[in-house]
Formats: sequence, C-alpha cells, structure tokens
Amino acid sequence: MGGPQAPVLATLALALTRPVAGRLALATLLGAGALGAGIGLIATSAWLLSRASQRPPESALAIAIVAVQFFGLSRGLFRYEQRLVGHDSAFRSLAALRMRCYARLETLAPAGLIAFRSGDLLARVVHDIDSLQDVLLRVIPAFAIALIVGVGTVWLIWWILPAAGLILLAALILAATALTWLTGRLARRSEAERAAARGELTVAVVDLLRGAPELTAYGAVGAQRRRIAASEARLVRVVSSAARTAGVGQGIAILLSGLAMWGGLLVGVAAVRGGVLDGVLLAVIALVPLAAFELGADLPAAAQTLQRVRRSTARTIEVLDAVPPVADPEHPRPVAPGQTGRVLRVRGLRARYGMDSPWVLDGLDLDLVSGASVAVVGSSGAGKSTLANVLLRFLPYEDGSVVLDGTPVSELAGDDYRRIVGLVSQDAYVFDTTLEENLRLARRDATGAQLLDALDRARLLEWITGLPAGLETRVGAHGAEISGGQRQRLALARALLAEFPVLVVDEPGEHLDIDTADALVADLLEAREHHATLLITHRLAGLQAVDEIIVLDGGRALERGAHAELLALDGAYARMWARETGSTSSP
Amino acid sequence: MSRAIDARLLKYARATRPFLVALVLLGVAGAGLIIAQAWLLADIIAAAFAGGKGIASLSLPFTALLVVVVARATLGWGREVMADRASARVKAQLRDALLEHVAALGPGRGADRWTGQIAVLATRGIDALDGYFSLYLPQLVLAGIVPVAVLAAIGAQDWISALIIAGTLPLIPLFMALVGAATRERMEHQLQALQQLAGHFLDVVAGLPTLKVFGRAKAQIGAVGAVTDRYRLTTMSTLRVTFLSSLILELVATLSVALVAVEIGLRLMGGHLGLRTALMVLVLAPEAYLPLRQLGANYHASAEGVAAARQVFDVLEMPLPARGRGSGVPDPGVSSIEIEGLRVQYPGRPEPALDGISMTAAPGEVVAITGPSGCGKSTLLAIMLGFLSPHAGSVRVGGVDLAELDPDAWRAQVSWMPQRPHLFAASIADNIALGHPDATIEEVSSAVTAAGLRKVVESKPAGLETMLGDDGAGLSVGERQRVALARAFLRQAPLLLLDEPTANLDGETEAEVLAALSRLVAGRTVLLVAHRPALVALADRVLELGAVPVAA
Repeated sequence: MGGPQAPVLATLALALTRPVAGRLALATLLGAGALGAGIGLIATSAWLLSRASQRPPESALAIAIVAVQFFGLSRGLFRYEQRLVGHDSAFRSLAALRMRCYARLETLAPAGLIAFRSGDLLARVVHDIDSLQDVLLRVIPAFAIALIVGVGTVWLIWWILPAAGLILLAALILAATALTWLTGRLARRSEAERAAARGELTVAVVDLLRGAPELTAYGAVGAQRRRIAASEARLVRVVSSAARTAGVGQGIAILLSGLAMWGGLLVGVAAVRGGVLDGVLLAVIALVPLAAFELGADLPAAAQTLQRVRRSTARTIEVLDAVPPVADPEHPRPVAPGQTGRVLRVRGLRARYGMDSPWVLDGLDLDLVSGASVAVVGSSGAGKSTLANVLLRFLPYEDGSVVLDGTPVSELAGDDYRRIVGLVSQDAYVFDTTLEENLRLARRDATGAQLLDALDRARLLEWITGLPAGLETRVGAHGAEISGGQRQRLALARALLAEFPVLVVDEPGEHLDIDTADALVADLLEAREHHATLLITHRLAGLQAVDEIIVLDGGRALERGAHAELLALDGAYARMWARETGSTSSP
Repeated sequence: MSRAIDARLLKYARATRPFLVALVLLGVAGAGLIIAQAWLLADIIAAAFAGGKGIASLSLPFTALLVVVVARATLGWGREVMADRASARVKAQLRDALLEHVAALGPGRGADRWTGQIAVLATRGIDALDGYFSLYLPQLVLAGIVPVAVLAAIGAQDWISALIIAGTLPLIPLFMALVGAATRERMEHQLQALQQLAGHFLDVVAGLPTLKVFGRAKAQIGAVGAVTDRYRLTTMSTLRVTFLSSLILELVATLSVALVAVEIGLRLMGGHLGLRTALMVLVLAPEAYLPLRQLGANYHASAEGVAAARQVFDVLEMPLPARGRGSGVPDPGVSSIEIEGLRVQYPGRPEPALDGISMTAAPGEVVAITGPSGCGKSTLLAIMLGFLSPHAGSVRVGGVDLAELDPDAWRAQVSWMPQRPHLFAASIADNIALGHPDATIEEVSSAVTAAGLRKVVESKPAGLETMLGDDGAGLSVGERQRVALARAFLRQAPLLLLDEPTANLDGETEAEVLAALSRLVAGRTVLLVAHRPALVALADRVLELGAVPVAA
C-alpha cells in the first residue's frame, strides 16, 4: 500500500497545526533563536580571536565579549523554552485530533469498524494518532527553523563575502532538498522491505508461542525454530543492505558541511590575499558553516520521520473520512419513555453488505412485543448476527420497514432508540476496571440491591460473593482475569440491569458449558417475562418457553411457530432438535 | 545506569563484542580526524590572515583538509552501517535465546497472558533495542574517547584552556546524574501514566459497540478528552523539570566554550598566545562537550530497549523444569495406563484443579471424561502430554512413571486434538504434516480423506498447498477442526487425547466431524474430554470428574 499523496498530507498537517498555530510559531521562533545563538557564538568568538590577535585596545573587544556571553547563555534558554512550548502545542493539537477521531469512530462502531478490525488494526489506529506527535515535534519545526536560520546565515556570510555566501547557500540547498529527498526515498524503500521481512518473522514467532502446545505435542518445536531462524536471517540481510544506503544520508550531511567549510575557506583565503576581504573575518567564514550544518543534520531525520508516519497518517485520514453506516436523521423525533407496551414491528426486511453482495436478510417479518419472547435459530451464516446489528441500528437495511411504536426507526436518533432496544452480543466487551464499574455502565444510579439482583438473575452472585474483593475485583484487560463464561454472564447481568424494554440476545450460551448455558436461557426468559426479548441462538434447549420460534435460512423465515408446532411440522426444526438431543431423551 | 545490562548482553548476545571493538576503533579514528581538522583549519586561517599567504602556498594543508573532510564523512557512514547491522545480529541472537528458553520452559504455563507478553517481548520489545544499538551505544563509546583525546590535543598546545575544560567537563556527567536522580521517579511515574492512558484509550475504542448499546459512548469520549487534558498538564510539569537537565548540560557546555573564547581572546591580546593555537582551541573546545551532551539526549532513545532487554534476561534466568531422561518408552497400544491419586494445585487458586484422580485405561479402550467446566478435565490431558507435572500422584504406562520418561520420546506415542487447535501460517499440507514433516503426498492425502476434509481441500484454489493466514485465517471453525483431525490421523500414534473436539461446531458440521472421529478412535487408546451426548456416545465408558472422584 502506498502512502498518501502530498495534498492529503498537507490537509492533515493543516488540521494538526491550525488549533495551535500561535504556539507552534512561537516554538519555531525559539528554535530558530537557539540555533542562531549557536551560530552567533561561533561567529563572534571567531571574530573575537582574530581581532584580539591584532592587539587592539581592550575597548574594541568589549562588545564582542558581551555578545559571546550572551549567545552562550541564550542558546540553552531558547532551546529549553522551545522544547516546552513545542511539546505543549503537540499535546494540545493531538488531543484535538484524538477527539475528532474518536468522535468519528463512535459513529462508525460497530459495523463501520469491521474494515479496521482485521488483526490489530484498531489498536494501530490508536497508536497512529499518537505517532503523529512526531510531525509536530520533529518535522514541521525542523523545516521551518532550517528555512529561517538558513536564510539568516547565508545572508550574514554573503554580506561578508558573496562567493562564500554562495557556497554555503548551495550546500544548504543541497542538504535541504537532495539529501532530504534521498534519505526519505531510501527510508521508504528500505522500510517497505523491512516491514515485509519483519512481518514474516513476527508471524513465525507468534506461531511458535501461540502454537506451543501443538508444536510440543507433535515434536515440531525444532522445525518452527528453524523457520524463525530463516526469517531472521532474511531480516538481517535486508537490514544490512538497507544500512548501507541509510548511512549514506549521515555521510553526505557530514561531507556537505565539511565541503562548505572548505570551500568558504578557499575563497576566503583568496579574497584576503586579493585584498577584497578583511582577514579578521576569515575565521568567521570558515567556522560558521560547521555550526550552520547542525540544521542540515536535523532535516534528514525529519524526512525519515515523515516517511515513518506516512502510514499512520494514511490510516488516520481513512478513519476521519470513513462514512458512518447509519446516519442519524437531521430532526429526530422524540422517543416516549416507558418500560412496557412496546411494539417493534419488522416487515419485509432486506439487508446486505454491499450492492453486489447477496442478500443476508431477505424479506423477514418479525414482531417484538412487551411480554413476549421470540427466538431466531439457524445454522451459522443464516443471517442471525446481521439481524441483531440491523435491529440495533448498527447496520442499515435496504428494503422493508422497522417501526417502533408506530414511528419508523429512521426518524429516531440512534442513541434515543437504543435506550429502548438493547443488545447482549456474543462478543460483549468488558472494560479493564472493576466488576461494579462494568455493571454500572448500564445504569449509573443503580442501587446496591439492584446490582445484586441483576447478578443473581445472571447466576453470578455466588461466584462474586466468594471473591475476596467482591464487586471491587478487577477484570483485567479484555476481561482476561475472569473466564469466558463469567464474561458472558457479566454482560448479561449488565443488560438485565439496564432493563431494556426490548432486548436482543445474541448466542448467550456461547463459551459456557451446556448445563450452565441452558440454565442461563431459562433464567433470562423468566427475568424478562414482562418485556420483549429476541433470543438469537443455534442451540434449541429451553425454547419450549419461547412464544415464537423463527427458523432462519438464507435470510428468510423457513419455519415459524411455537416449539411443539414446529416439532409437529417434522421439518428443519425437528431435524435440528433430533440432532441436538442425540441419544439423550428429549425433556 | 546500564552497566548491568551490558554485562548480560555480552553473555547472551555474542555479536555485541565485535561491535564494541569496532566502535572503539571508529571512535579513535574519529577523534583523530576531529583534531586533524581543527589543526588544519587553524593553520590555514592563521597563515592566510597573519602570515598573508595565498592558496598556492597553502595547497598542502588545503588538500589535507579535504582528505580529512572526506574521511569524516566516510567514517560517519561506516558507523551508521555498522550500528544497524550489529543491532540486527544482536537482536537475532537475543530473540533466538529467548525463544529457545521459552520453548524449553514448556507450554505448561499455557496462560494467554504469558504467551501474549512473550510475543510482544520477542517482537516489539527486542526491536526497541535498535535505539540502544544505533544511537546510545555508539555515543557511549564516543563519549568515552573523544573528550579525552580532544583534551589531550588542547593540553599539548595550551594547558590553561585545557585546565578550564577539564574543570567544567565533569560537571556534565555530575549534573546529568544529579538531575537524573531527581527526575527519575517522576519520569517513570509519567511513563506509567502514559501507558495507562494508551491502555485506557484502547479499551474505550475496543469497547465502543458495548458503550453504544448502553448510550455511554459519547460521554466516554468526553471523559477521554478530560483525561488527556489532565495528562497534558501533569506531563508538562514533569517536562519542565526533566528538560532542565538538558538546559543545564547545554549551559555548562556553551558557557564553558564562551569562557574559553574570552579567556584565549584576552591572552591573545596580551601576546601570550599565537592565533593558530587560539583558533585550534576554539574549534576543538565544543567537540569536547558534544559527545557527552548527545549521550544525554540519546539516553531516552535507549530506555525502552534497555527495559525490554532486562525483561528478556529475566525470562532467560527462569529455571527450566526437571525433565525425565528415560528413553525406553512403553507402547500405550499394548500397555495400560494407570493414573493414581493425581493432584494439581494452581498457584493463587483456593481449590485444587485435580484432587486425587485415579483411573485405568486398558489398551484400545475409549474413555470419556466428563464433568462441569473447571473440574480439571483439560488439566488431566496436560499431564498426560507432559505439559504439567502433578503435585502428587502418578501416571504410569506399562508400569513406568511418566515423570521418568523423556517427554519428547513419550509424546511421539501421543496424538492430541484440543478444543481450539492452533493452525499455522503455512500451507494446509504443512499444517497436517506437523508431527510428520517427511510424510508423502499420499499419506497426507489419505489423512485428508479420513478427516472428511477432502471436499474442503478441493474447493480451495491451490488445494493442499493453499496458504493459511495468521492462526488459520481463511478456514471456518468446522474446517479448522477437520485440519486438526487430519493432523491426528497422520500422526498414527497409539494414544489419542481429545479435548472437546466438537465444542464450537453447529449441528451439521458436528455430525461430519463426529463421523471422522469415530474412524480415528478405532483401535486406539483414547481419553476423550466430552460434553455433548453425541461425543460421549463414542466412548466405551465414562469417567465423571467432579467434587467426588468417581472411577466408573
């Protein structure tokens, strides 16, 4: 994948700098001041020594002595202030960008995030935004400072001796353009090769670690280590050949600064000999280029940084430009409060993942009414999870209608609508905090009794009261400290606590052993007997208690009715039932 | 600050040593060139200005100066090339040592968390050593060589200036240490806060769908903004202090140079010093301070890598578990397996994972192990595989204790299929031939047929040579399970351990996998962890694990 084009980069740079333009300009001026003081220090010292060797009266040197001390002192102070102001503006700008990206991600989640979800892309988006900090700290100021100080220094040397000024100008321009371009180009090429080799190595390493049980059991650890060694050897080769070119930038920078010094000295000596130049200034002409090239050295590094953040920039822009799958109406209608008496009516629902894709839902009718429960069953790929996403307004639908209490849902704001219609998904997320905080997400003002009641109904209470820290127990990142079953039940408790008038439950028994899963479904249906519940599942146990069962196949209702009716049909449902119950007798 | 890591690096990564030697050589050459350049510069300026000489009579020093300039550039190039290469080599050696040790520690630790930490350490962690090798270490060597050489060169010409520089130079490491000590705690605290912040953002973004369901997404994003702002304020107050260190270093360096400039200027005026010497001192003086200042600046670039290296060493120093050496492995196809009083207690858990389990499996018998989740079914299989050692009790095969056998030799008799098998980013054929890499195409192909994978393979564009993505991406759950089955078929081992092989499958797929399983268990001794009735039906008898160990 190639990097973004220059105009796109410029757009992002503008977006990054605009909120902090004043501070950034100040930081740049301070940086130019620091670099200028360094050059001033060398220039005045060189003049001071040359003049002193002519043994003038002491008063002739007084100003130069003060200037040397001033430059010596101010350089450090300028640099210190520059770093503070620069970091402050980078943090501010980044915070603004982060908020914009998050606000965008929020409108995209969850269906619009699928494109970002492969691998750890989502994690990378977060890191990408952070890595853009370097653009503000090292790239933009480096170029601006180079321009200011470069012009100033060339002007100074030109004023002393035009030929020397010309030489310095040529060297600086070469460093700023050719060298920057060259190192940037080399960095991009070697970075791509390196990324490929490193990616291969990472896959092999992760395979060794994640697949350690299989590799050990099958005696294949040695073979996998040999694979890693081969990848590693390839990476070392790529790095070695890249290093040869990467070092070129470093070498050329030193060479250019040396040549500028050498050339300046050459024309300077000739000019002194020819009487065009006062010999007192010869040392200035020779020594200033060495100091001035401190800025030449910053530019290749800035170019490399720019290359490094190219992909981060591209992905950040991708996020900012992504179109939300479901947009809120401009003037949403209000949603009446109330727990019961709700009707969510679905008619002829059709949905798919793109214009050329097949229909995932193809003309489905469904009524969710307070006090009734509906189950949707079917094999994987029948469209069950798509149905959940459409009902939550995470995904758009193309045909048909979804109407809540007489109002088409497209006229409601998504957040208002989702106060009525809730979801427990099979990959419900638990946050890296305490059990209680995870629960309270559903209801900030819940009383202790309500928390315990929800936990009890999700069959978690016994476990939690047995924990040393109780509700204060931390669940770890992604809930790593608790088991998959406990995670699932915690998600269910959360949804019960929220008391959604309409609740969609997607595969509640996933990750649980069968007895617990069946008990959970029974408890869930009982807990919600006054509300509307849609149970999406591939397991049929417990569906006797459901008012209507819909067998979904290819996005359509293949069969529908109560458990007994469907068994009597002796069709798809009856076959599924027979397979699930197997040799055990049906309850 | 980094002595301890250097010693251990030399021990675990042998490529470090030649790199250090080369760096010292380059550093000495570099110092020589710096001095030569200063000397030539001063010589030319003094001769042209005070001596009134022209280019023609100065052609020799001009040529020499050009040579020095080109040599410095070449040296700069060489240092970069060498640092990158050495870094790659050292990282390779360190990674290899780490993975070898982790493999030897065995998969018994198994926890996702540990695996994840090692994976990050072995990839991103070790890669962070680049900063240490390409920036910090070269600078460290330069900081040791250049100031001494420069000081000697100045001293040979003008001992007063040398004295001033020698007096101020130690202030740099002194202040670095003082300010460093004063700010270290704040810095570490800040670093932690940053990591927590990043973790928090990630948590919020990953949990966005859930937040949205509960109408908390927009509020959370506002909270993220507030946290970021607070973080900025505390970071800035820390930076104000930490940047002080470079301010002090910079002030010491530039003020010392200014001091030297004024001092030699005044002595020049008094006629106590020649212009050539004065200019040479002026050019050289900043070079004495530069490497030390840059060392301070590069220290942070190395910090992450140093921390990672420490973690690597900590893992490398973990003791390896005891390993049996016996090679006379009995054949489970003819000897029975006797499990007696097995007890396993995981650290930090109140209840033992296995509490005195006993059972016997005759050759060719299929035993189903059932029980509620957490009753130790998978732990039992881990012991049978030699991934775990029991705290009490024993497993004997044909009378020989498993603990005394070489685990690799024992595992050659065992085939295993877990609940969620790991598939490798390799071809389907390679995945199947995991335990039998020199299997012929025919052997792989017949395993494919036996596992009911034939149709799946034929539907793929490259057939058996189809490459799978990370962890088998490109296959459905049922297809993965059948690849693992084919793996077990090809293994041809007399003892078969199955851990809920149909756990995540829906009805139809389950039926197909069951059919293949019934072919696989035929004629083998099998321990089968099972939940579903259809799976239990494959067994000759059932062992139920629970609160009370029951031997059926």
